[in-house]
Amino acid sequence: MRSTDWSTFWVRVLEATLETLTMTAFPLFFASLIGIPLGVAVVVTRKGHLFENRAAFFVLNTIVNIVRSVPFIILLVALIPLTRLIVGTTIGTTAAMVPLVIFAAPFIARLVESSLLEVDPGVTEAAKSMGATPWQIIFRFLIPEALSSLVLNLTIATIGLVGASAMAGAIGSGGLGDLAIAYGYQRFHTDVMIVTVILLVIIVQAIQVSGNHLSQAIRRR
Amino acid sequence: MITFDNVTKSYEGKEGTVTAVKNVSFTVNKGDIFGVIGFSGAGKSTLVRCVNLLEEPTSGEVRVNNRDMKSLSAKELREARKKIGMVFQHFNLCESKTVYANVAIPLQLSKTPKKEVEKRVKDLLSFVGLSDKADNYPDQLSGGQKQRVGIARALATSPEVLLCDEATSALDPQTTKAILALLRKVNREFGITVLIITHEMPVIRDICNRVAVMENGEVIESGSVFDVFSRPEAKTTKNFVSSVMQDQLPQSVIKHLSEDGKTHYIYRILFEGEMASQPVLSKVGKQFDLEVNVLHGQITELQEKPFGNLIVEFHGEPERIEEAVALIKENLTVREVDLHEEY
Repeated sequence: MRSTDWSTFWVRVLEATLETLTMTAFPLFFASLIGIPLGVAVVVTRKGHLFENRAAFFVLNTIVNIVRSVPFIILLVALIPLTRLIVGTTIGTTAAMVPLVIFAAPFIARLVESSLLEVDPGVTEAAKSMGATPWQIIFRFLIPEALSSLVLNLTIATIGLVGASAMAGAIGSGGLGDLAIAYGYQRFHTDVMIVTVILLVIIVQAIQVSGNHLSQAIRRR
Repeated sequence: MITFDNVTKSYEGKEGTVTAVKNVSFTVNKGDIFGVIGFSGAGKSTLVRCVNLLEEPTSGEVRVNNRDMKSLSAKELREARKKIGMVFQHFNLCESKTVYANVAIPLQLSKTPKKEVEKRVKDLLSFVGLSDKADNYPDQLSGGQKQRVGIARALATSPEVLLCDEATSALDPQTTKAILALLRKVNREFGITVLIITHEMPVIRDICNRVAVMENGEVIESGSVFDVFSRPEAKTTKNFVSSVMQDQLPQSVIKHLSEDGKTHYIYRILFEGEMASQPVLSKVGKQFDLEVNVLHGQITELQEKPFGNLIVEFHGEPERIEEAVALIKENLTVREVDLHEEY
């Protein structure tokens, strides 16, 4: 084990922590922007649902499955041309966000799908019986009824992103994962490894606890 | 108000076509509380969903207010549905919304001004007796209270018709009575036509004026509740009537009577309305010098009128018994009971 000069190194740790948070928050936002509508679409185009459309369901469902089946570490490398096209660089925090979004969006879509499918079909039936339009059914019945479960599922996605952002350290993305690999693994600074793990545990705990609280608050507004 | 004209609904299943509703035709008149009774799987839930096209009939026509529902555009159908309230067995309330919000939502869907919504919801909650529960969530309510919310929600858009799909089947008998009383109030105070689907004969007995009996997707018998109760034809109908009326001789009595080898003069007498409270039997007994033995029977209420069904045995001169029966027949329905036919 090599010794670390913590009097200066803590700045590096702080930076890395902020990078991890950035690589979680921004991709979460953009992935939700894609994933939530995608999840809703996968639900409402299925057989017997509001906008039943076999072709659309098949295409969307297949896309989600294909992207979901590629391991993130492969996605990271395979998407390098796309990343360059979108953000103009292939290294660093910004570059890591493109594959993170592509990784999280179909994951979120599946989670949204499962939340919406939990809603009692009787509620949809009641909504139809009162003359609600399909869009009203989605926005005034399905989503509000699923909201508490949606929040819990988005919490899972957020934690998934924290994990994936650490993995992006393998291509020099910055963040706690990068730090752990660069110092803890490649330079044998075991103390750095331990500190990053502790920080990741704290971050994940904080996200889970807030998610649980928010979900509860929505359930019992 | 609602006309079913040769309505058939079938589904393409894995094991071929399943026909849930077969050639059903009947009319629900304005102001009726019309009951459709049948065992589960008889097709009654599918039938009621054909009214507001939650299920689209495979063939045949459903007309509400003389409008063929199938001919409506999507937009027209939504407008028509606002005039057809629906109440469900499992209430189907939004768990994430308060009682107030649940009742308000049909009004908000049609962009009713907030002030109007407030007033209407307040009135409705007071009508169903839940004014103090406005801010509660459905999971804080009992089954009966949830159904009251369901009814208030269904009434929000001032419908002309209320469809009740097993509205009381998830409730205990006490609560069922209260909900039925509320439905009767809906019918009387607002003149709303009510179509009730149920497998419980007490529901039919307590509030319906007309009834259709369904079995295997078909209507096997229909008519006024009084007619169906007094002269059930089909076996299923007889079973349903027996479930609330003791109108069949118990096996032990039949056995006892048929074993003694004598001739018995046994009649079924139906009382209705005022006649149910008249001492008919004791009168003819005295007049024709007969002894009257009540073997079995019950007096109940049909649409708040007494309705009785007595099985009696006359002892006396056969001619006199005939005369007595002829006299009773002038006012009441009397039928001879053949012991061998019973069961």
